[in-house]
Amino acid sequence: MSEFHLYMAQRLSALVMAPFVVVHIGVMIYAIQGGLSAAEILGRTQGSAFWFVFYGLFVVAVSIHAAIGLRTILGEWAGLRGGQRDVISALIGLGLLLLGAQAVWAVTA
Amino acid sequence: MPERDHLTVTVQRGGPDAPLRPQTFEVPAYDNQTVLDVVSWIQQNADPTLTYRFACRVGMCGSCAMMVNGVPRWTCRTHVSKVLDGNAIEVGPLRNLPVIKDLAADMDPFFDKWVAAEGMHHPTRTRDDAIEAIDPVAMERQEANAGIECINCSVCYSACDTVAGNPDYLGPAALQRAWTLYNDAKDADRDAILDAVSGKGGCHSCHSMGSCTAYCPNELDPLSAIAGLKRATAKRFFGGRK
Repeated sequence: MSEFHLYMAQRLSALVMAPFVVVHIGVMIYAIQGGLSAAEILGRTQGSAFWFVFYGLFVVAVSIHAAIGLRTILGEWAGLRGGQRDVISALIGLGLLLLGAQAVWAVTA
Repeated sequence: MPERDHLTVTVQRGGPDAPLRPQTFEVPAYDNQTVLDVVSWIQQNADPTLTYRFACRVGMCGSCAMMVNGVPRWTCRTHVSKVLDGNAIEVGPLRNLPVIKDLAADMDPFFDKWVAAEGMHHPTRTRDDAIEAIDPVAMERQEANAGIECINCSVCYSACDTVAGNPDYLGPAALQRAWTLYNDAKDADRDAILDAVSGKGGCHSCHSMGSCTAYCPNELDPLSAIAGLKRATAKRFFGGRK
């Protein structure tokens, strides 16, 4: 993947994340009024196709966006070059995807 | 301004063949004096082995840029009174470029990137054709005009923190040159320009920190030129054409 394609992937994933972040924070502030227990949260999210798709796409966008951004930081701040930098940032993206997917599955399945 | 007889000028000496070290000179102070005047006084009166570079002395040739008190400047147009820190000035070779000796930086990487950014003319006509008429008020022409007064002094390249962190980055001057050609009605190969600025170290490496525009001695705006290239490449990606 070229530098330009990474650039576009990072911008497009940011575009996808923007409404997710707003809805995520908005719902949190709204739902937490008067206290909220884990059981109440799971009661709303488990079995919900909407929240599965919502947080599923959110996790995919975060993994792409963060991995590309960290790849740049690894190059400019840590001085990593070439394949080493690509492999490390790909592993970071994969790790974020696995952790996030596991969390989404745990609260919505 | 208080009266003073002398300036304390610290110059970075050395290069690949000699260790880098600061050397301090006492230089006579005058009412009207540029940083280049000060450096020339040292070379002519104190130490003839001091190496530096200049040509036109009027801000046209782009030869005399140096770091002055840690900031890249065109020294022939920088008045001493504007940059004096107490009664002292520190002068060094341009940042982000290899040092040849003392105050002379090796400009090769800067000009190599100029070429790598496809900063060259791709003609639309031959010498046998009539000269193309250019509309001076067209939007594209205005975009190009905004960047063509670059004197290749490398002040923006030295000011750029992205160049410092990423040696592959083409830098503001080369990318601005590419942008002026992209907007030139007489340039026949815009795709070649966009391809050249989309590769490793291309315009997408820019973090929009804006030091290029802040320090350009000709008050040009490479930051906006680079933003223009980013927009043009994104537009092309989605199938948009100029």
